[in-house]
Amino acid sequence: MDVIVDLFSNFWVALLGKILLVALMIPLVGMVIGFAEMKLSAKMQNRVGPYFAGGRWGWAQLIADGVKFFQKEDLIPADADRPVFKTAPIWVLVGTVALFVVIPFGPDLIFRDLSVGIFYALAISSISTIGVLMAGWSSANKYSLMGGLRAAGQLIAYELPLVLAVVGSVILAGTMSMTGIVEAQIEAGYPYIVVQFVGFGIFMVAALAELTRIPFDMPIAESELVMGYLTEYSGFRFLFFFLAEFANMFTLSAIAVTLFLGGYWLPGLSETQLAYLGPIILIAKVFVLVFAMIWFRWTFPRFREDQLQTLAWKWLIPLALANILVTATLKVVL
Amino acid sequence: MSPYFESYLTVGTFAALGAVLVMVMLGVASVLRPTNPTAAKRATYECGVDPVGSGWSQTYVRYYVFGLLFVIFDVEAVFIFPWAIAAEELGVFGLVAMFLFILTLLEGLAYAIKKGVLRWE
Repeated sequence: MDVIVDLFSNFWVALLGKILLVALMIPLVGMVIGFAEMKLSAKMQNRVGPYFAGGRWGWAQLIADGVKFFQKEDLIPADADRPVFKTAPIWVLVGTVALFVVIPFGPDLIFRDLSVGIFYALAISSISTIGVLMAGWSSANKYSLMGGLRAAGQLIAYELPLVLAVVGSVILAGTMSMTGIVEAQIEAGYPYIVVQFVGFGIFMVAALAELTRIPFDMPIAESELVMGYLTEYSGFRFLFFFLAEFANMFTLSAIAVTLFLGGYWLPGLSETQLAYLGPIILIAKVFVLVFAMIWFRWTFPRFREDQLQTLAWKWLIPLALANILVTATLKVVL
Repeated sequence: MSPYFESYLTVGTFAALGAVLVMVMLGVASVLRPTNPTAAKRATYECGVDPVGSGWSQTYVRYYVFGLLFVIFDVEAVFIFPWAIAAEELGVFGLVAMFLFILTLLEGLAYAIKKGVLRWE
């Protein structure tokens, strides 16, 4: 045991371990959330959903899908801008993987506790926007181009509420480190949603829009744009966009949980108990939010493009700024 | 090695992992998948009919104004964060300064809305 601990105190060995862990985690998270989405959607629509693969409940459906994608021909349209078309999925996935660095799974369980944690997470998450725009433009397809432009317009509009909603928690905690924010909530004795419910609401709406999920799925609206910027993608390149979406559902929910719902903390548990139960508590909270996202998908109709922009610019941004001012005033005065 | 440098290295490695993951998986898939592109398969998809004109057709980019607005507000967010950390230490002085800053920006947003930037016709 001591040998292993000594081995992992070496920075390079630890880094290698972290890389292997996150490389396993992303497909796993994608599969679990993908399967949850299939089954829950089926339940909400009174269907059975996947049923045959793997025997019971069709649990192996996504593994079967993955194997199928491995055998799919990698088609690139003749008119496409090849280098840009090929590298677009890379940019989308880079943003996703890099987000995992700052998610605290327990008191000491974090890939790297950066002092600018939340700021880094918000900055790195916008790299995916470039990938989406690249995919839309390089496909040389009218639907892709429109989808890519819509996506760019939507992602930048909702990035602002996302960034500004976070500031309330940062003011309360007085730090941007993700572990620091959770510790501040433990010290305060309540999760920040109690005082930052406005911030939490704005964050979740903006996160839903950043994920381009229903009701904010104008960029890939099937009925008018086929599949938007994904129209020309097939096989594994297509799968990467989906993997990134599911992994981003996890990471954005994990950030929301860390900032507003107390992260890995539950009231009444001691420090040592948290060290062991932390990851389970965090993942349980994350899945509550992921469930809500899937629930929204079958509850709300799609927004029109101008309604979507109006919601962001006229409502969410002023509301988030007001939230910052009120929070800061209360923090300074009280 | 300093912790400062280690942080950068971790972030850099994770970002690189995203690219490596795509390349490795595509490499493995290239052994398994068939490669038989025909002209019909490589044609631009337009709901099954032959594509009309070039794919890069002219589009009215309504979003460039939003792009300009975004740049202004995103820079503003960068200024808010350092103050947010030290909000308590800076006290009333910092609070008044931030009120002025944010109200000035809100005025800009109100002007943009009044100008009809968000109106779609």
